[in-house]
Amino acid sequence: MDVSTGDFNAPHSMGTTIIGVTYNGGVVLGADSRTSTGMYVANRASDKITQLTDNVYLCRSGSAADSQIVSDYVRYFLHQHTIQLGQPATVKVAANLARLLSYNNKNMLQTGLIIGGWDKYEGGKIYGIPLGGTLLEQPFAIGGSGSSYLYGFFDQAWKEGMTREEAEQLVVKAVSLAIARDGASGGVVRTVTINSEGVTRNFYPSDKLSLWHEELEPQNSLLDILSTGSPEPMVS
Amino acid sequence: MNSVDSKPATSSLIGSEADSQRTLYPYVTGTSVVGIKYKDGILLAADMGGSYGSTLRYKSVERLKPVGKHSLIGGSGEISDFQEIMRYLDDLILSDNMWDDGNSLGPKEVHNYLTRIMYNRRNKFNPLWNSLVLGGVKNGQKYLGTVNMIGVHYEDNHVATGFGNHLARPLLRDEWHENLTFEEGVILLEKCMRVLLYRDRSAVNKLQIAKITEEGVTISPPYALKTFWNFSAFENPTLGAEGSW
Repeated sequence: MDVSTGDFNAPHSMGTTIIGVTYNGGVVLGADSRTSTGMYVANRASDKITQLTDNVYLCRSGSAADSQIVSDYVRYFLHQHTIQLGQPATVKVAANLARLLSYNNKNMLQTGLIIGGWDKYEGGKIYGIPLGGTLLEQPFAIGGSGSSYLYGFFDQAWKEGMTREEAEQLVVKAVSLAIARDGASGGVVRTVTINSEGVTRNFYPSDKLSLWHEELEPQNSLLDILSTGSPEPMVS
Repeated sequence: MNSVDSKPATSSLIGSEADSQRTLYPYVTGTSVVGIKYKDGILLAADMGGSYGSTLRYKSVERLKPVGKHSLIGGSGEISDFQEIMRYLDDLILSDNMWDDGNSLGPKEVHNYLTRIMYNRRNKFNPLWNSLVLGGVKNGQKYLGTVNMIGVHYEDNHVATGFGNHLARPLLRDEWHENLTFEEGVILLEKCMRVLLYRDRSAVNKLQIAKITEEGVTISPPYALKTFWNFSAFENPTLGAEGSW
């Protein structure tokens, strides 16, 4: 008989939206840029997509401290591994190193990771490492508190074999949608695209993103609205 | 066994050093595994869901895996712990092969190995949060057993984990018999999996059935089951009693 039908704690949500998708030739990683301590936004322009090697990057969510130290250790071990191996490390090795740290310290760490990269053996690959240290290779992965709002979106919008442009647009749209609804996500959308040619970083400030439901076009001032002489701007 | 309070002993009873090394609760979990003996060997079934609390987060998790030449394992509970168990088993099988003595571990031995791991972790208050089904055939002898996170282990003609114990076992007690054919076994397992799909919140409609015989292991590709909702009683259930369900 099983013990595990008891009422165990539901997982903690994490202040962030992170995404990784594979496309035909590589991967696109995306994230928001908000780091919050409680209700305060400690950093409105953080970079949650961290480099592990030339060809492997990591999206961090959850505790900023935990995810940073894990990524530092993985980078350190991967560097040594690359020296010994004599060629670029594979995405799978990077992901497994991160898994080892996450799994073996599961009681102390609170960080969800998405590893993405390109190597010559397997091409573009995405690995998700949620709380607990499970390692899952996926065609796309989402994480962080903002990801709750994206399960339905990706169920509908994801398709296999997208082009690089389609994949990047999908990631930007998704992070933007999550930012719209998740208080713990915000700021800008950062993307990192990795393929055989190399790595490209992109930056999408909010004016580059679409407006969603009940959002208005940002203005410099009310005065501009009044001066354009639209009928009945001020209602008494 | 009624529902056990799954909170571990308080830290005051154990040294503070041991405190940092205990699994307190699972994160990504798999639900039921069901297994039956049939004419030629063992059949196991499990869906491919990995739940994250109440969210059905992952829908392509393989929870049925071969172990060496003679065994098949199905895992429910924390997926990261199941992945670690697979690593232990891979090491075990590797060592067994390295002896190169013409002998290989059978399902009974693998089940025993797993039991020792699970029970010893339980004794250290740091369980591997899983319930496992281990089945196999060696030298014509069929074996089907189960072991869970507290070390409880037994063998039977049909076993299940989690909800499967409550929903599938009664069906199996009624309909299982010695020398089921492969087709009969699959139909029976699918009957169990369909009930679980209806009644287990963490079930997903994507499953695999695995077979092990003297010849070897086959794991089916993922597939989904048809479900039935066309009952007249379902159409307007509150007709005579508004507000009821």
